[in-house]
Amino acid sequence: MLSILKSLWTVLVTMFRKRVTIQYPEERPYLPPRWRGRIILSRDPDGKERCVACHLCSAACPVDCIALQAAEDETGRRYPAFFRINFSRCIFCGYCEEACPTYAIQLTPDFEMGEYLRKNLVYEKENLLISGQGKYHGYSFYRVAGLAVGGKDKGEAQNEEKPVDVKSLLP
Amino acid sequence: MNETVMVLIRTFGILAALLSVGGLLIWLERRLLALWQERYGPNRVGPFGLLQVVVDMVKVLFKEDWVPPFADRPVFVVAPAIIVIVTLLSFAVVPFAPGLAVIDLNIGLLFFLGMSSLGVYSVALAGWASGSKYSLIGGLRSSAQMLAYEVFMGLSLMGVVMQAGSFDLARIVEAQQDTWFIVPQFFGFIVFLIAGIAETHRLPFDLPEAESELVAGFHSEYSGLKFGLFFLGEYLGITLISSLVAVLFLGGWQGPWLPPLAWYLAKTFLFIALFILIRATLPRPRYDQLMAFGWKVCLPVALLNLLATGAFVLLKG
Ligand code: SF4
Ligand code: SF4
Repeated sequence: MLSILKSLWTVLVTMFRKRVTIQYPEERPYLPPRWRGRIILSRDPDGKERCVACHLCSAACPVDCIALQAAEDETGRRYPAFFRINFSRCIFCGYCEEACPTYAIQLTPDFEMGEYLRKNLVYEKENLLISGQGKYHGYSFYRVAGLAVGGKDKGEAQNEEKPVDVKSLLP
Repeated sequence: MNETVMVLIRTFGILAALLSVGGLLIWLERRLLALWQERYGPNRVGPFGLLQVVVDMVKVLFKEDWVPPFADRPVFVVAPAIIVIVTLLSFAVVPFAPGLAVIDLNIGLLFFLGMSSLGVYSVALAGWASGSKYSLIGGLRSSAQMLAYEVFMGLSLMGVVMQAGSFDLARIVEAQQDTWFIVPQFFGFIVFLIAGIAETHRLPFDLPEAESELVAGFHSEYSGLKFGLFFLGEYLGITLISSLVAVLFLGGWQGPWLPPLAWYLAKTFLFIALFILIRATLPRPRYDQLMAFGWKVCLPVALLNLLATGAFVLLKG
């Protein structure tokens, strides 16, 4: 009996506590930078597309909502000919971002993606690509990769030794 | 002639007031529950979300009014009306202020008890006519619960009747000129409050519609306006029990300074809020606990209270 009165009292004084509801459209919740929302494709510091069309993200995606096709420019640099994410299927798991070797694909703290037509939820490359570097600054895959590509030869990447002629190592 | 017009105005005024109060209570309950759960509740439509009531009404009215093919159609249709009608009829004897009542019945209290007992037909028939097992179980539970709680609901009030020497609610209020009956009849008050909650099957005594086990109990199969009527009946029931607690134990319209009607409304509102607070706080007991509590605790308390009051009145008289 006493415990009932006690709990009634506890509930009654809850009245004077701060309410936890966030009045959404007027008040915005704080979303941390690594919040998993709308996906973007970023560019490297030189302003070129980071994506090298390795298909790792589409392989990692549990719901298979990423579609892309690889292409190569005259300098040997790979890029996606098209890159399509179907956001009506995406579950915002972030696996694509984890799989990506070039920091190209990134999730952002934006969740307001409502559409009246479902087909508008299919984002093409021009919808996904942003002009900046996203969350990871100063990283360029081709600058660190030991790959000969447009103007950069083998051994010219960051922290890379000049290639050695293996025959010269012979005793 | 003039008299008749006055009576008509009074009756329909009270009716309109009650129906709008029934609607407003939906809003009030949602806001209060939210308040006690650190939320806001409906606050978008209109000032303080007050127009939510209108929106809800429109929604309920335009919902498809579906009668399941396996239901017993006539009974199914009549059942929700019963609870609203009997509850509204009970209000006829409640004195809101001196001279402001639909009728001044000299057996007012008995009339109320009779009407509230009829309310169980609504629930039991709804459960039976729905033709589904959940509804039937809900209906059965409610009949058993009503039987148990009806008994001491009446008994708990007899103390008041003895002290006031009348079944007439207006006389009872007048008898509380000096002391409110909540003081000498404290146990009667507690028992009546509990029985009242059980009578309106509000939480924690909402076993007939226990969502977690019976879907929605006796009104599982109801939709649209008929469902709305059950809702209205429930909220009117809350208002009725709160008014009666105010009238029988808290001196009804009696009180200093403010006009009588304001006192009556304030006291009633207090108990409506208490009903909602109880809903926000207490979990639902098991069915056997409910019955055991009724027969083994409340009934003896009501009887002892009756005995003590009888002895007191005899000694004094
Ligand atoms: S967040 Fe998950 S579901 Fe969405 S595209 Fe990336 S891997 Fe696929
Ligand atoms: S976004 Fe990343 S993982 Fe996906 S294809 Fe481009 S480089 Fe590969």
